[in-house]
Amino acid sequence: MARIDLVDLAHSYGGNAADPDSFALKPISMTWRQGGAYALLGPSGCGKTTLLNLISGIVTPSRGKILFDDVDITRHSTQQRNIAQVFQFPVIYDTMTVGQNLAFPLKNRGVPKPEIDRRVAEIAGLLDLAPVLHRKATRLTADAKQKISLGRGLVRADVSAVLFDEPLTVIDPALKWELRSKLKALHRALDLTMIYVTHDQTEALTFADTVVVMHDGRVVQAGTPQQLFDKPEHTFVGYFIGSPGMNIVPAEVGGREAVVGGHRIALQRSYDRLPPDAKIEVGVRPEFVEVAAPAPGLLSANIERIDDLGRVRFARVRIGDVKFAARVPQGFSISGNEAGLIFDPGRVHIYSDSRLVEGTA
Amino acid sequence: MDKTVNQKAWFLVLPVFLVVAFSAVLPLMTVVNYSIQDTFGNNQFFWNGAGWFKELLDPSSDLGQRFFASLWRNLAFSAIILAIEVPLGIIVALSMPRDGWRVAACLVIMALPLLIPWNVVGTIWQIFGRPDIGLLGYTLNHLGMDYNYVSNEFDAWATVIVMDVWHWTSLVALLCYAGLKSIPDAYYQAAQIDGASRWAVFTAIQLPKLNRVLLIGVLLRFMDSFMIYTEPFVVTGGGPGNSTTFVSIELVKIALGQFDLGKAAALSLVYNLIILIVCWVFYTVMTNAGVDRGHKEGAV
Repeated sequence: MARIDLVDLAHSYGGNAADPDSFALKPISMTWRQGGAYALLGPSGCGKTTLLNLISGIVTPSRGKILFDDVDITRHSTQQRNIAQVFQFPVIYDTMTVGQNLAFPLKNRGVPKPEIDRRVAEIAGLLDLAPVLHRKATRLTADAKQKISLGRGLVRADVSAVLFDEPLTVIDPALKWELRSKLKALHRALDLTMIYVTHDQTEALTFADTVVVMHDGRVVQAGTPQQLFDKPEHTFVGYFIGSPGMNIVPAEVGGREAVVGGHRIALQRSYDRLPPDAKIEVGVRPEFVEVAAPAPGLLSANIERIDDLGRVRFARVRIGDVKFAARVPQGFSISGNEAGLIFDPGRVHIYSDSRLVEGTA
Repeated sequence: MDKTVNQKAWFLVLPVFLVVAFSAVLPLMTVVNYSIQDTFGNNQFFWNGAGWFKELLDPSSDLGQRFFASLWRNLAFSAIILAIEVPLGIIVALSMPRDGWRVAACLVIMALPLLIPWNVVGTIWQIFGRPDIGLLGYTLNHLGMDYNYVSNEFDAWATVIVMDVWHWTSLVALLCYAGLKSIPDAYYQAAQIDGASRWAVFTAIQLPKLNRVLLIGVLLRFMDSFMIYTEPFVVTGGGPGNSTTFVSIELVKIALGQFDLGKAAALSLVYNLIILIVCWVFYTVMTNAGVDRGHKEGAV
């Protein structure tokens, strides 16, 4: 149980002298609130596992400090930090039964026997492991083994935080939903700080109150799933979150107008002081662009195909050379592949060198 | 699936059949032939039935006495060197460096004894242990110990055992090292997170993960030590008295010293059978250990 502060934390596997651009984790400062459910989301190789291992103490940072409740624990061992961590692949102790596996972290810390039995029974109950408690752990399926790993992570009540490193990779899809909701329920029940690393946005968005999106060793945005959806602070977030991702198209922006492919799009805010040399882009989620019959005043586009996702349909269109996705309204039909696009002006964001620019009212 | 019958395919097996017949089956059959007959030279043989085997397995006969004495001696030798080499090999493997140039250096140095031929190892220790010109023997005697492997049974045993440990511990260590390297890092990290002590890491992760290589190591070392001949023969010649006469040395004495071909053949076959049985037991244990793992482990 602790608040975790990262102060100018950075890490390079090549040592501190390495080129700053090559750092696996570029300097970050942020705070993880006690009791929060966080997801660290990003593509493979973005530094999320490095960040997790820095917090748990498996890796010692090249630079910066980590504070647990204002105490500097940067040089403390994993054991001193009292962290629990669950890994991508199941780790079980071959010679032990399921129950002994779950009891292992408690036994190592000299917890009295009745207390161990109580905790093990509780966790086994939560994870449906009670029927196999006395079986050898090696003989179980990968799913069950990973549940044991999860159980070992959760069995200690007093940990500073529980870290999950893509724990559901090996789990069957049907069971994934169930385990994820279990974790969520456990989070509510146990009041633990949980950090969940994943590259799967659904997993991140359903598990976490706060999603931390990482890209190329940097944290590009931390916010609620709603914030990430409504107002991506970085084009990467827009593109990575959402399916299909945000449309990002180069544009010329001046005042309350953006010019995309020779067509003017009205904006709700005014953008007068954009840096002159920056790469200016317009970002808008497909959900907020509607396909309509071609008409004067609408941005015209060529429909390439329409994807039916069940509840919604998205049209893949082209504006000149630029690919674009837009929502297809219910009952919409069109002959030919010419179409017009209707933008929701409040949902159009302007990015300068990939970073969100706040316009003035 | 339908299999086509093609009797000509037997011709493809023929070369292997011939090679095995000439290299293994026929020589073995000549041994069987000797074991049930007696000869007084001149290539004249007389039927003796199970006579040699009865004499061999009867502890009250001279042959039986010699056989059982050398068998127990040999088993004791195997047990002692296993009890030393296996734990020592594990300790060495655990203390070897994980990466960097030192790994290569360690591997080369440790492989050195394995590369030396048996009789050279014997010669090295035979000279090393001599009280007059050998470094070990000279030093021990000057430190006030009365060490002489030629006349003292205990010294002879100690020399032969230390020699075997020197020669073969590397093998166990290298096997264990390979086994340790194959344990994914996640196990150590998880153990760190779970607050496991060094000892708990050893008993809960390393030893169970090593169990297969250890089985192979024990099998190899048992077989080798049970069939040992050259090294003790060169160092002690089986003496003093018969105190380091192991089964194979006894066998050679009977076969080539006394030229009792019948007795030697019977002894060979029994010796062979013991080794086959031990192999089978190990094989069964090893396959069962594999079944234990049932489902494929997710990690790596």
